[in-house]
Amino acid sequence: MNPNRKIGDVILKAENISMSFGGVKALTNISLEVREHEVLSIIGPNGAGKSSMLNVINGVYHPQEGKVTYKGRTRDKMEPHLAAKQGIARTFQNIALFKGMSVLDNIMTGRNLKMHTNFLQQAWYWGRTQREEIKNRKVVEEIIDFLEIQHVRKTPVGRLPYGLQKRVELGRALAAEPTLLLLDEPMAGMNVEEKQDMCRFILDVNDEFGTTIVLIEHDMGVVMDISDRVVVLDYGKKIGDGIPEEVRQNPAVIAAYLGTSH
Amino acid sequence: METTTMAKPENIGAAAQARQSTDTFPKLLQEHARVRGDRPAMREKDLGIWQTWTWREIAAEVQALACGFAALGLARGDRVAIIGDNRPRLYWTIAAAQCLGAIPLPMYQDSVAEEMVFVLQDAGVKLAVVEDQEQVDKLLEIHDRLPNLEHVVYDDPRGMRHYNQPFLHAAAEVLGSGRIYHDEHPEFFQGQVDGGKGEDLAIMLYTSGTTGNPKGVAHTYNSMIITARNSVQMEGLTDQMEGLTDQEEVLAYLPMAWVGDNLFSYAQSMVAGFCVSCPESSETVMTDMREIGPTYYFAPPRVYENLLTQVTIRMEDASPIKRWMFNYFMDHAKKVGVKIVDKQPVPFMDWLGYQLGNFLVYGPIKNVLGFSRIKLAYTAGEAIGPELFDFYRALNINIKQLYGSTEAYVMVCVQPNGQVKPDTVGTPVPGVEVKIDDNGEVIFKGPGVFHSYWNRPDATAETMTPDGWVLTGDAGFFDDDGHLKIIDRAKDVGKFIDGSMFAPKYIENKLKFFPYIKEVVAFGDKRENACAFINIDLSAVGSWAEKRGLAYTGYTDLAGQDAVYELIRECVEKVNADLAADPRLGNSQIKRFLILHKELDADDGELTRTRKVRRRFIADKYGVLIDALYADVNHCLIETQVKFEDGRVGMVRADLKIAEAKRYPRIAQSAA
Repeated sequence: MNPNRKIGDVILKAENISMSFGGVKALTNISLEVREHEVLSIIGPNGAGKSSMLNVINGVYHPQEGKVTYKGRTRDKMEPHLAAKQGIARTFQNIALFKGMSVLDNIMTGRNLKMHTNFLQQAWYWGRTQREEIKNRKVVEEIIDFLEIQHVRKTPVGRLPYGLQKRVELGRALAAEPTLLLLDEPMAGMNVEEKQDMCRFILDVNDEFGTTIVLIEHDMGVVMDISDRVVVLDYGKKIGDGIPEEVRQNPAVIAAYLGTSH
Repeated sequence: METTTMAKPENIGAAAQARQSTDTFPKLLQEHARVRGDRPAMREKDLGIWQTWTWREIAAEVQALACGFAALGLARGDRVAIIGDNRPRLYWTIAAAQCLGAIPLPMYQDSVAEEMVFVLQDAGVKLAVVEDQEQVDKLLEIHDRLPNLEHVVYDDPRGMRHYNQPFLHAAAEVLGSGRIYHDEHPEFFQGQVDGGKGEDLAIMLYTSGTTGNPKGVAHTYNSMIITARNSVQMEGLTDQMEGLTDQEEVLAYLPMAWVGDNLFSYAQSMVAGFCVSCPESSETVMTDMREIGPTYYFAPPRVYENLLTQVTIRMEDASPIKRWMFNYFMDHAKKVGVKIVDKQPVPFMDWLGYQLGNFLVYGPIKNVLGFSRIKLAYTAGEAIGPELFDFYRALNINIKQLYGSTEAYVMVCVQPNGQVKPDTVGTPVPGVEVKIDDNGEVIFKGPGVFHSYWNRPDATAETMTPDGWVLTGDAGFFDDDGHLKIIDRAKDVGKFIDGSMFAPKYIENKLKFFPYIKEVVAFGDKRENACAFINIDLSAVGSWAEKRGLAYTGYTDLAGQDAVYELIRECVEKVNADLAADPRLGNSQIKRFLILHKELDADDGELTRTRKVRRRFIADKYGVLIDALYADVNHCLIETQVKFEDGRVGMVRADLKIAEAKRYPRIAQSAA
């Protein structure tokens, strides 16, 4: 881990979040903090509530109890579009890209919030829209360069292997220039080499752009290697929180997750 | 006539007067900046857009870079390692080092750190200029073993923010300090350039070394510039082509450490003044090719092979009409194309058909491959299959084989225009003499002969005779038309127990011409008969299997399937039938073979970085399998270590089947 990177103040704070779907309690009284510029991993067995927690953070789910404070503002109901406007971007566990569109166009959609021309201007194209397109295309090309996917720039996403699609999805999230990036199992289903690449990109994003990253991951090796802090959930309850070393030694965590084979 | 393609050595020396001022690359560069300052000299794709530098701009960049290196303490005679993909700044580094009289040493960028130690130590490298963080990390890993290495300069600053070693410098920083240095010492740079002489050492290229440690081949400016000039002029001496001019477009995509890239992308460009383009990344070469449309191109046979395989695979997925058109016109091209290209008379209807085919099929295919503007395409390194060769020639692509070596600065023999025969490598290039010595080994002499092996007078003496003949280590002979034919490495040519000749490469190449077979290693020296290891081509056999509905999980699984063994057996038997007709090689027919469970890989030491089979290493590593081939068993258990790209090591275990192939009676013998 790079010693020069400064971890800042708390950027996002979730307090006493509880949430249930019918009779199923997905999250029970969970509090967690995300600090600026850190890489925070949320781990836990299947059904532990990890994805629900991410969905609460970016406003897809509205918890029955508790509140989320982001950049000093507390909202009763976070909405996904508001979250996006405030600089929260995410990727999904099941890839959610436009399969028929090229890599370039997919990442370009991530720039949507940065474009301000209206429908009529866009239909005419020349002038403001063109300037805007060029400006945004440059950002997208920089991301393509950063993620080393030049060779598939114009390939429809549906034709790419899974690992590359994941990378494109990360690219689209980056296109929004987020301050907080939520990654839902970015390495699921990847082989060792793809995982290594992905780790490198996540750390590079964190390092180059100072982006705060919250990620959910199953691969313990990866989690312990790249995280500054780890939060452990089990059956909707938080059972561990701390630096990787602490979590590794936490008996409750070992019992719930690390000790059992999966 | 042959004399038209042979420039006399006196002619080469005749223009010496005019060249006095351009006997080194830095002087040539300044000459281009003067004569064609506004013409493009180099391109690179950045953020999806081609960026161009003119000769004048490059001369300025090189000057700043050279002064920056001087500020870091680089001086005449020092060695500079260059490690990375084909990037403009790395090419400029070659020129900048040469400006100062330092010796640039391009290295293979995909070598792991351990492999680099030897070369860096052997050459006593003082300054390393590398592409990016990946290469910097490798150097840091071995830094404590490199006492001579004083500075490392990196081109791409990405990920380098937190590296604070005092000996690391960004290229931009070096350029900046170089400009300041030039302001403070305005006379310095030109003085250094003018101080360079044709007989100075200009470059060091390490041979990949199929045996033992690599050797640093040192060339002088004279050997490089004369060879480059001869080869550029040579292609212009026939009436149908004006030769290589400053209008050529070349794509620099082969490793910078390889002598060919140094000749085609650096020396020839510096001599002829043409533009060299660097691809965006190694994966985008196909797209970049198409966008640039090179007029002059070099590729090893496997690249041509891959292109053809891709075309074939994509045509199989095309609509029936297109497929019919493709097959019809390709058959037509095979029938008359080569004749039309060689300007031989053909019936008018055939000519018309070819023109129609050109409009409907050949033109579009060439466009997709980026061959629309090609004037000259070279291939070398391995034998090229006659079918493959004819495919490109039938499309009116002037593809020619050349024969060369690092010690010759590439050029030994080239197929002359209009006299291209698939199984020879052509006639000696201007100024070069080629002979077959008493042992059947090919030896040559000429202006491009290397200066010496770095620090290895013993090896130099072994390879070069006192009167300047260089031993190539290849066995070959001249055919009736004076074309050189290469059979194999001289040391690999062996004998069967009955005394007949065993030339493994010859058999292997014949097998590798089948699209399904990627790599072959043949055995037979001091044995009764020949046996072989085979690597299938995953994409070709994979698509073959898919069409037959054969399920497979990966290479190992596919390679072990009975149907695949049948497929390969057919190929082997075809080769056997072919060999049976050859009076000298009839006994080389393959008796038993097996398909290896893993692809031979340079990372496991089985191939060299230029993908040549390391025969002895393989014989040691897979000794069990060879024994099984010659024993009376039909399968063999093997466990091997594989190295993944991240450097970890794993074990692969497999039970390999051994198959028998039919051998044919030796036709020539029974006739005799």
